[in-house]
Amino acid sequence: MLADKDRIFTNLYGFQDWGLKAAQARGDWDDTKALLARGPDSIIEEIKASGLRGRGGAGFPTGLKWSFMPKESRDGRPSFLVINADESEPGSCKDREIIRHDPHKLVEGALVAGFAMRARAAYIYIRGEYIREAETLQKAIDEAYAAGLIGKNACKSGYDFDVFMHRGAGAYICGEETAMIESLEGKKGQPRLKPPFPAGAGLYGCPTTVNNVESIAVAPTILRRGAAWFSSFGRENNKGTKLFQISGHVEKPCVVEESMSIPFEELIEKHCGGIRGGWDNLLAVIPGGSSVPLVPAAQIRSAPMDFDGLKELGSGLGTAAVIVMDKSTDIVRAISRLSYFYKHESCGQCTPCREGTGWMWRMMERLRTGDAAIEEIDMLQEVTKQVEGHTICALGDAAAWPIQGLIRHFRPELERRINEHNAQFQEAAE
Amino acid sequence: MADRTPAPDTPELRARWGAFEWTPENRKTADWHIAKYPEGRQRSAVMPLLDLAQRQVGAETDTQGWLPLPVIEYVAKYLDMPVIRVLEVASFYFMYNLKPVGKFHVQVCGTTPCMLRGSDDIMTACKKRGMKKGEVSEDGLWTLTEVECMGNCATAPMVQINDDNFEDLTPERLHAVLDALAAGEQPKAGTQEPGRHTSEPAGGPTTLKDMVTENHDYRGEW
Repeated sequence: MLADKDRIFTNLYGFQDWGLKAAQARGDWDDTKALLARGPDSIIEEIKASGLRGRGGAGFPTGLKWSFMPKESRDGRPSFLVINADESEPGSCKDREIIRHDPHKLVEGALVAGFAMRARAAYIYIRGEYIREAETLQKAIDEAYAAGLIGKNACKSGYDFDVFMHRGAGAYICGEETAMIESLEGKKGQPRLKPPFPAGAGLYGCPTTVNNVESIAVAPTILRRGAAWFSSFGRENNKGTKLFQISGHVEKPCVVEESMSIPFEELIEKHCGGIRGGWDNLLAVIPGGSSVPLVPAAQIRSAPMDFDGLKELGSGLGTAAVIVMDKSTDIVRAISRLSYFYKHESCGQCTPCREGTGWMWRMMERLRTGDAAIEEIDMLQEVTKQVEGHTICALGDAAAWPIQGLIRHFRPELERRINEHNAQFQEAAE
Repeated sequence: MADRTPAPDTPELRARWGAFEWTPENRKTADWHIAKYPEGRQRSAVMPLLDLAQRQVGAETDTQGWLPLPVIEYVAKYLDMPVIRVLEVASFYFMYNLKPVGKFHVQVCGTTPCMLRGSDDIMTACKKRGMKKGEVSEDGLWTLTEVECMGNCATAPMVQINDDNFEDLTPERLHAVLDALAAGEQPKAGTQEPGRHTSEPAGGPTTLKDMVTENHDYRGEW
């Protein structure tokens, strides 16, 4: 188990004050000027060497992403850092804990990351439903300004850097980076075609990098303790510590920071008090938030919880939002409810997604009661393949994968429901 | 996509809201929001301004607030934007109420993580009290909405009522919260599980135990 001294988010549960003084006593904002004095390239190299991969779901190497930003502005355009706090993926609840209990890690990270990518300002896009969390974050930003930590001559470094908060208003799709940029510009959150990529033309047509809250908030600690420290946790290519969020049918659901690659069983036994009703009662797990396919009980137990380990199981780490389902779960309904979610959250821009998500949800509802024909399972599978990869953003893929996972692992259950349902009418007819 | 249409544009609506303008305090807040964005990009402030307008309508009507068409037009004028661009933002984002709501907007999360922890029972408990989805109750107190994942999955099931979250609910705990609100009290927000602080495992944290009693600085152990 990860030692407490190696945890980054020491006030994760908010037992102590989130305010500036208490945060400084825990080590935040400790000689940030010296961190900045290392220079942008050195900071990016350190983050690259640490092996940090983006914590928002896709797992793209963070240092590499920062290095795509222009080193100088040839045409006078400023660069922007946009921080994705639009945490809306079902199962995910980690950024909320960072924002309401350790907001100064995020604000300091914004400065360090923004400086490294030579950005003029950071916009933190927080989901609208995080109302109290946004109040805390704004107060933390105000405190940092008042103390001279951000703003003109931030931390007396000679660098001017602003941090602004922008609240969303209840649209999952704004977690997609280009939809977030559209939303920041005051429009409907409909994703843009790429290219151009945000690093070339993002917010207001300026070079922009969009990073998840957790990726940004861990950066100052990585710089202080060194890349070698961070990369001492986790397997090759899956380094560092990570906030896991365990929900569903465990004895004690919780958010906890652990070492990457921790085996699933260890994570559940150490922190969640085990599976409700014991390990024999485990049915399936969605290991990375609603967008990744489920993994049946037999495969997940000893699996390492990291990007590559879960990919090998045909699923993914995503945001490390672990949704546990025991044998009392109506697995078809659980997935159908996710299909409803994607139908509700489709932005309506691309036809395969706008029409497909509604169609897939209605089909899932029929499979839930068994009011279908066996061939329709294959038809559904085929339709998911027609949605997947045929839309501007990944919401179409995200809507397709949970259903594909269900069909892959629970086809006998789907067939059983259909056969039982049809047998009723058979009997009635006789 | 969610089907959302604005309330009908009637003479009564115009008469009630046609003269809407910021309170002096909200005007300051609106201008503070606009100043966060670069010169000429005031349009970026449309989301915070719609939220502010909804809250002002709420304060005037003693409800959570909503966005009548004349108010949307006012925001458009304030930001020098075409009305349709503001209306499409207001109808795209789910948190802008396009129809009147009650004093308390009870938003029950029904997505899978909450569903697994019993959100069906929470929804049923709300309905038993006479709430109906999308409607204002007769006493004007309640509007019920099923919402999508609110990001409180480790403390599920939950409801958000206006600005506060109530987590780790059972029907009994929900009734206690709603009774308190109806009586004009402010129940404690956050988890309703006795002894639980926030999202640590119930019964006490398995990590960072030093932090429970003091603002522990772990740097000495690095």
